[in-house]
Amino acid sequence: MSALLAAPLGWLGVAYLGSLAVLFVAAFWRLDPFTAEVIRDYSFSNFRTLWEGEVYRDIALRTIGIAALVTVIDAVVAFPIAFYMAKVASPRAKALLVVAVLMPLWASYLVKIYAWRIILQENGPLNWLLEPFGASGPGFGNVAGVIVFSYLWLPYMILPLYAGLERIPDSLLEASSDLGGKAGRTFRRVILPLAFPALVAGSIFTFSLTLGDYIAPQIVMAGNQFIGNVVYTNVGVANNLPLAAAFATVPIAVMVVYLLLARRAGAFESL
Amino acid sequence: MAEAAAAPDVRLRGLRKLYGEVVAVDGVDLDVGRGEFFTMLGPSGSGKTTTLRLIAGFERPDAGTVLLRGLDVTGEPPYAREVNTVFQDYALFPHMSVEENVAYGLKIRRVPRPERRTRVEQALATVRLSGYGGRRPAQLSGGQRQRVALARALVNQPQVLLLDEPLGALDLKLRQEMQIELKRIQREVGITFVYVTHDQDEALTMSDRVAVFNEGRIEQIGPPAEVYEHPVTEFVAGFVGVSNLLERNGRTISVRPEKIRILREGDRPDPTAHVETGTIREVVYAGMATRYLVELEDGGSLTVAVQNLETTSAQALEARGRSVRLEWRPEHMLTLETRGEKEHG
Repeated sequence: MSALLAAPLGWLGVAYLGSLAVLFVAAFWRLDPFTAEVIRDYSFSNFRTLWEGEVYRDIALRTIGIAALVTVIDAVVAFPIAFYMAKVASPRAKALLVVAVLMPLWASYLVKIYAWRIILQENGPLNWLLEPFGASGPGFGNVAGVIVFSYLWLPYMILPLYAGLERIPDSLLEASSDLGGKAGRTFRRVILPLAFPALVAGSIFTFSLTLGDYIAPQIVMAGNQFIGNVVYTNVGVANNLPLAAAFATVPIAVMVVYLLLARRAGAFESL
Repeated sequence: MAEAAAAPDVRLRGLRKLYGEVVAVDGVDLDVGRGEFFTMLGPSGSGKTTTLRLIAGFERPDAGTVLLRGLDVTGEPPYAREVNTVFQDYALFPHMSVEENVAYGLKIRRVPRPERRTRVEQALATVRLSGYGGRRPAQLSGGQRQRVALARALVNQPQVLLLDEPLGALDLKLRQEMQIELKRIQREVGITFVYVTHDQDEALTMSDRVAVFNEGRIEQIGPPAEVYEHPVTEFVAGFVGVSNLLERNGRTISVRPEKIRILREGDRPDPTAHVETGTIREVVYAGMATRYLVELEDGGSLTVAVQNLETTSAQALEARGRSVRLEWRPEHMLTLETRGEKEHG
């Protein structure tokens, strides 16, 4: 058993933790401005650049802000769907809904983003639909980004939430009603607190997947960059690996804090 | 005490409930009087729990009415009914303390905090759990959880308390303790109890009246002694007590095992008693009593229960294969309706 686990665990240790360590170390190196060579001595110069550069701060705040907004939207959209699946639907309808929720995950992520690009573009279906009402779609930008991310990660919120709601015995909902609680109170006092760990578990996906993305912003956000885009251009185009490494530690740090909070909320028992 | 005009606490009329094609409750009529300990007894699938859920409002009937103190609540949701339920799995809120669980209903009724606190304390004292208010349900034993569930329901002073096999998950000893406890609490608070169980001992020891359910219908309603001593159908005779049925002259008769005497060599039978002869086929030594299965010459077999006043287990077991004469008094021999007769009648 231990021999069987040794290979994958070794792989995880070396490839994952090793690269994280290298990333972290590299974040303190710097680039010689003239020769464009990496100087391997340690300083906070990259972090200072990031902190002082208004552009970088905007990008970090945009990334974190949109990730948080997407998480909230997905939670609100997913809750009724998951509740219907767990507590209302017949077993047959339940199975169909699970498939329907999973189906988008079987399609390529790129295809789905390009599909949204077509939907949202100037002479696309959305504007065409809204035109008779004198309205128009959001076009490409932050709003488009929020819509596309919310769509992309919705199944990752629905599934843990569905599992969490399924675990709440029906008798608890009946007991609340029996003791005089109407639907609203039963939701606030019984369902929501008991489903909260599952909600947090789902939010780990929606939040971290948005936080680390750099493809959707290029396609539907009209030049509004995410942290990932800056990392990508610094690795490839600008060839400033230390700065890329330093910026990459920001989402990692955010996720560490997020996961610690999630653990306190009991989210890991819900996965 | 008995006001002629007062409506019964629970009145069911022509209650029917279907699940798809299956008839779960098939025309149930019953009245439960004020302060009564009323038990619905029956095997699983007999409709007793569904009937309870129809009273609580968790299910809507396909036909018939539910009246609580004369008020038609058939269409009302559970939160609008003056009844509270003790669930089989207790259904305690796991994220709340014992105190918060018990206070849940009072909070909804906006009972002011000081009064809420005293009532919660009182309820916990009634179920002998004073001082446990701060604990979580997960930190309690099964019996304690059961008491919290009871306190949570009682604290609202409902007109009727509905109990769905509340002792089903407890072991035998605890169950017997809780039976006495429940009866004491019911006497103390004076609330009407409607109690669902499949355990005939529980039904007989605790109830003022018992309704025996079978296949969605009530076979018999009456005080425990009457249901036990005078079962009106084969089903009741078999389900309440040991099934001891014989076919004689085209009628089905029933004799309770403890009413039958095994005559010893040389014993003179009572001239007014009914006597049959047979052979002992099985002997089951059960501590307090020994049960004999006797195959009768005229057909059929009977279980006979004899208190172990003098017999030892060895003596009892030796009796296997012996021919014996049995006697019982004619008034202990009951002629039963078969189901068919009842349905036509």
